[in-house]
Amino acid sequence: MKSDELDATLDSFGDALASATRVTPGNALRPEDIAKDGVKPSEQIAQYALRLGDDSLILSQRMSHWVSRAPELEEDVALGNITLDLLGHARSFLTYAGLAWDKTEDDLAYFREEEEFTSLHIVEQDNGHFGVTIIRMLLVATYQHLLYTALMESADETLSAIAAKSVKEVDYHRDHAIQWTIRLGLGTEESAEKMRHALEILWPYIDEMFTDEPLHDQLEGVAVRPSTLRAAWDQEIAGVLDEAGLEVPNVPQAMCKGRQGEHSEYMGYILAEMQVLARKHPGATW
Amino acid sequence: MSEKNIWPLWEVFVRSSRGLSHVHAGSLHAPDAEMAVRNARDLYTRRNEGVSLWVVKSEDIISSDPDSKDQFFESPKGKDYRHATYYKASEGVKHL
Repeated sequence: MKSDELDATLDSFGDALASATRVTPGNALRPEDIAKDGVKPSEQIAQYALRLGDDSLILSQRMSHWVSRAPELEEDVALGNITLDLLGHARSFLTYAGLAWDKTEDDLAYFREEEEFTSLHIVEQDNGHFGVTIIRMLLVATYQHLLYTALMESADETLSAIAAKSVKEVDYHRDHAIQWTIRLGLGTEESAEKMRHALEILWPYIDEMFTDEPLHDQLEGVAVRPSTLRAAWDQEIAGVLDEAGLEVPNVPQAMCKGRQGEHSEYMGYILAEMQVLARKHPGATW
Repeated sequence: MSEKNIWPLWEVFVRSSRGLSHVHAGSLHAPDAEMAVRNARDLYTRRNEGVSLWVVKSEDIISSDPDSKDQFFESPKGKDYRHATYYKASEGVKHL
């Protein structure tokens, strides 16, 4: 649907107000609303929104691989819901960023090259076994929960509104990951070993999440300085791992420059799969 | 899959935003109560259906025996004096 066809006073079923007798999607900020408002961000704010959007987009693309492959039907739906939440966050951030360059969310998702993606290395890491996916969800959702909580105070109203919508969803992702981390950590010797292994695989990508950039200095009061989230994140993660009988692994940190467009070998394959249809059939709709 | 690896079955009750009673919505599998209520959130409220959830282990529900249908449910039939509409308001009775 073209954004100019949307009436902001209506929900996506065309109802003015949620009816008392039928199920409605309820009222919430949608990417279409951001596009319709058309508030153009500055170049720097757009670059910042692009980073947050790329993190969610690539993690969502990674997670979507679980659909139909989860250990149980119920978990399949849970992972699918989380994947779609992340895609929703990505759509909002990319829609907003794109307004600065007259680009749509689809232009940014499907027609940028690998070196133009600004996502963190942790989100592009292999899904691995279920424990790896759960640990990655724990590490990233805890980070995003702290980030969006702080971003709600941003001087930029659109970023603040996207954060307010997203924070409740990443809170649930965090809870889901915590529940499984505790169960698998305290489960069998095999499940605990797999969780220790997952922590060792993913821990090298932690420092990159909390690395400040000059962009954050330029956007004082608008962007959240990642380093300010580290202490709370360390404390939360340590608490969960302690409850799960696990420990922070003693592994060195990897050199990551995801924010500068330098990615690991995984990224090309992720983008190839994500972008092939849009590039082969430009303008395709369904 | 061996028997011990099958998660128990839970019944899900959802209270919609209408503010009525919890209504049976369906069932699901979950390893324990905490995960059951989360799975219920993911399976039965993803289209904004509810504001409150109950889950109960299916095995904890005691139901009437389908074979005892006659002795359980036939008796009230024909006893229309058990319905308020059976009675006529007497003349002169106000506020009825």
